[in-house]
Amino acid sequence: MSSYPDDLRYSKEHEWVRVDGASATIGITSYAADELGDVVFVELPAIGTRLEQFASFGVVESVKAVSDLYAPVSGEVTEINDALADNPELLNSDAFGAGWMARLTLSDASQVDELMDASAYAELTA
Amino acid sequence: MSIAEGPTAADDASGRGAAFHSSPGGEELTIVERLIFDASREGRRGVRFPQPSSRAQEAAAGQPALPASAMRSQAPRLPEVSELDLLRHFNRLAHLNYAIDLNFYPLGSCTMKYNPKVNEWAARLPGFAESHPLDPDALAQGSLAVEWLLAEQLKEISGFSAVSLQPAAGAQGELTGLLMARAYHRARGESGQRTKVLVPDSAHGTNPATATMVGYTAVTIPSNDRGGIDLEALRAALGPDVAALMITNPSTLGIFEDQIDQVITAVKAAGAIAYMDGANLNAILGRFRPGEAGFDVMHFNLHKTFSTPHGGGGPGAGPVGVSQRLEPFLPVPLPTLVEGDADEVRRDAWDGRSTPGARFALDWDRPQSIGKVRMYTGNVGMFVRAYTYIRSNGAEGLREISDDAVLAANYLRVGLADAYDLPYDRICKHEVVFSGRRQKRQHGVTTLDIAKAILDAGIHPPTIYFPLIVEEALMIEPTETESLETLDRFIGVMQRIADQATTDPDALRKAPLTTPVGRLDEASAARRPDLRWRSESRAW
Amino acid sequence: MAYSPHTDADRERMLAAIGVASVDDLFADIPSSVRPTSFELPPPMVEQQVRAELARLANLNRIPEISFLGAGAYRHLIPSVVWEVIGRSEFSTSYTPYQPEVSQGTLQSIYEFQSLICELTGMEVATASHYDGATATAEAALMACRLTHRDRIAISSAVNPQLRRVLATYCSGPGIQIVEVPADLAEGGSGLTLVGAAAAVLDEGVACLIVQHPNFFGGLEPMLELGDAAHAVGAQLVAVVEPVSLAMLEPPGAYGADLVAAEGQPLGIPLSYGGPYVGLMAAPMSAVRQMPGRLVGATHDVEGRRGYVLTLQAREQHIRREKAASNICTNQALCALAATAYLSAVGPRGLSEVAELSTVQARHLAAAIEEAGLGERRFSAPYFSEVAVRVPDAARRHAALAEQGIVAGHPLWRDYAELGDTLLLAATELTSDEHVERLVDALKATA
Repeated sequence: MSSYPDDLRYSKEHEWVRVDGASATIGITSYAADELGDVVFVELPAIGTRLEQFASFGVVESVKAVSDLYAPVSGEVTEINDALADNPELLNSDAFGAGWMARLTLSDASQVDELMDASAYAELTA
Repeated sequence: MSIAEGPTAADDASGRGAAFHSSPGGEELTIVERLIFDASREGRRGVRFPQPSSRAQEAAAGQPALPASAMRSQAPRLPEVSELDLLRHFNRLAHLNYAIDLNFYPLGSCTMKYNPKVNEWAARLPGFAESHPLDPDALAQGSLAVEWLLAEQLKEISGFSAVSLQPAAGAQGELTGLLMARAYHRARGESGQRTKVLVPDSAHGTNPATATMVGYTAVTIPSNDRGGIDLEALRAALGPDVAALMITNPSTLGIFEDQIDQVITAVKAAGAIAYMDGANLNAILGRFRPGEAGFDVMHFNLHKTFSTPHGGGGPGAGPVGVSQRLEPFLPVPLPTLVEGDADEVRRDAWDGRSTPGARFALDWDRPQSIGKVRMYTGNVGMFVRAYTYIRSNGAEGLREISDDAVLAANYLRVGLADAYDLPYDRICKHEVVFSGRRQKRQHGVTTLDIAKAILDAGIHPPTIYFPLIVEEALMIEPTETESLETLDRFIGVMQRIADQATTDPDALRKAPLTTPVGRLDEASAARRPDLRWRSESRAW
Repeated sequence: MAYSPHTDADRERMLAAIGVASVDDLFADIPSSVRPTSFELPPPMVEQQVRAELARLANLNRIPEISFLGAGAYRHLIPSVVWEVIGRSEFSTSYTPYQPEVSQGTLQSIYEFQSLICELTGMEVATASHYDGATATAEAALMACRLTHRDRIAISSAVNPQLRRVLATYCSGPGIQIVEVPADLAEGGSGLTLVGAAAAVLDEGVACLIVQHPNFFGGLEPMLELGDAAHAVGAQLVAVVEPVSLAMLEPPGAYGADLVAAEGQPLGIPLSYGGPYVGLMAAPMSAVRQMPGRLVGATHDVEGRRGYVLTLQAREQHIRREKAASNICTNQALCALAATAYLSAVGPRGLSEVAELSTVQARHLAAAIEEAGLGERRFSAPYFSEVAVRVPDAARRHAALAEQGIVAGHPLWRDYAELGDTLLLAATELTSDEHVERLVDALKATA
């Protein structure tokens, strides 16, 4: 069974969230990136977009698959990871670090509690 | 990355593409062919044209001149090559291609059968090739006759009451069919409520994509454990909000829907249109007529069933057959016999005679038509080939095509049943779908690896990873034109690869080794797209 | 069956291996209630007979000795070497290059095709081709809707009428509204799209303005002004062009076209009564992910050799299914190959010669008709290689000439009520001085 970073929370749709006060960083898990294969393109929302928890906020494409991205929490986008435009492979090489997707201001911190911790997510993907 | 210009055999110690070298050190037959642009030399000429006469130029001088502001300042950078250089370039590219005319091509769902050469002869007859689509009907009686006669034959083959040849390809046939379904519901005042199109999970991707293009929502219906549509799930999904069911039969699993009568009944009882994707018609000629069985609409793929060449990905042709209730909505124009008795004209044509006094015309006056789906009347060059094919085969020949196609697929099914998993182990039609899951789970050899190893045996791999409901799918369609020796050889190759997966899986992961290039980096191609030659890279 | 390799012994062996007694057993799963009651088709023919039958039908067509018919499809020289290339069965009997290792011929030729179309149009990316010019235009219009998130389209009435009908069909699917921009068809008018009228219908709900250049009547449109009008409201300019004309005319990329669509038939593809032809589509690189249809890209193999693959496939129906930009699956690869071979065979000078001859002969034709007092040019604007000419009693004379094997162009009154007695006459490099002379003589004889 793989292990995942303990400081993150995880959704069933294979997104992760890192909470830092009122701000949250989101991305997809290494499990999701592996399932997709070589990621070739990521479509992210514009800064200022309001994301709804579990609603689609973008698209990730690999050579032979395409998948919607679902926000693990609600919030307003304050920053997106521009590096993914030129180097989408960051999702494959460092999904929890350099492959982050967006930063948000959390609209409801309690939503985080509905998400899985690392061990629950590890069990889901086992 | 650098473009290798004419590597010699010695450069390529791997032996890759050895077949492309006529002799050791031969420089002319290279396995990497440069771009035509890189062969260009300023001032070199291929085809030339005459100069306008002084008379024409003088006469033209009095007419409005082309304004300088509309003219381009720099000529387009087209290649400048001699005719021989041009021919060699494309002939060398031809060498890098795999084709039906070279060897076995069991690409499932694509019906890669022999494309008879007399079809090509017919399509190139000047009488057909030089016929302008807007020529007055009086000058185009031959083109119109071919269209009318082919439509008559397709009607008889499919059991539909009318056929439009207009759609350019199967996917456009689907679009035409669903637009007619919508027009039908609209005419009955039900277009507002009917918003869904039901599509089985084994369907081609074009089906749901077409539904979206027509403004419908595609709803997926699961398959049952025998590979057919789940009839209970279908009945549950049917209702007054359903516009149509699109079903491929035989399915993409190569399986005939043995409850097809109940499927049609249920769809019609719900007031919906029953659409059959005719991609797999090659399996059922003379055995099942969708129109007679109750379907409302079906597209034909002339490039599959009726042997018109696939052309490296087109052109195809996707005529649609319809039931009486959809007839008013067919695209315009419709080639029609306007003078003469249809039975007599048909009979005479069967005897190779023209009927005195018969006259064909294009019927544009169809007020309920969905309109036009493309320019003119269709891919007539393909109609000539398909007509030639049907006449060459006749009724018995067409039946035998399906018999032999199904026979060959079942022979492979039995022959490979031990080597690969068969998720739906029952009699198949024109194709059989295996799974490479055993090889993947036990030996880490994926279906992609298997496909590449097949290339090293000089055979084109089957369709892989489709249908989506089969893990590591290998979809094999042998067609009726492959000899028993070819089928046996393929079985041998597939068995050897299955053995090798257990003994030397690493070797399979390195395949292919004998093709002009090895596995290509598709991820880089998509991440940093290079979609055209740029003049900056020009050598001269 | 005409092409069966099987002997009776072969069939017996296969049946035995499968473990069934007869072929009928393999069809036992077809419910008896839906088995065919009829399959009445003619008996098979051997090659000698089938050739006679097809020759009979081909001879029912009367190919006119002299034709000035264009209106979207053009009679050009198809060099012998082009026929030779597309006749290679390694190209014609292959399929979509799903296995790139054994499809480099098809893939590289499509990459070259994309490159050539970019060169002609001055655009950054071209697709591997579409069904024809009309469907390429319709797909470009739908693409403009996706790019702008708008759902109305403006199109000039000086765009080919059949093309406009195809656009209407494609737009009826997603419910996109089409607004027509009138052209100046008045007596003494230019025959061009009215810039003021375009500006009047363009607003922030319009995704694109579609203009044909040269237009259906052969006239050169004010593309810069029309583009400005579209861009002023954030709409795109979709230019529908004719590829041979691009040897001489400014490329769409230079006058600010956002998307380009064209019928590629003039590039070495036979008329064949309307198909198969090839649709061209080009766009800026920034729009590539909204483009429908196939794209080929360059890459390298595991050992660093250059090679080509189908790329950006996640846009397409086989992956994205109901979310795909289009349902398009095939392209017209063999027709695209013909265009690639044609453009390479004629080169920049040959294409210029074709364009030049066509424009000169169109003018020669118009001048000869006017000089003989047989008719007059209907529009004032400069034209490229087609010209609208009003000839008294045109319907009768058009029919009378057709009887003699001369097609005096395309009758415009069928699609434009205001263009009574007006014929659209096209010239190409195959139009000779003698053709012009004989048309004039034949018109005189029917006066």
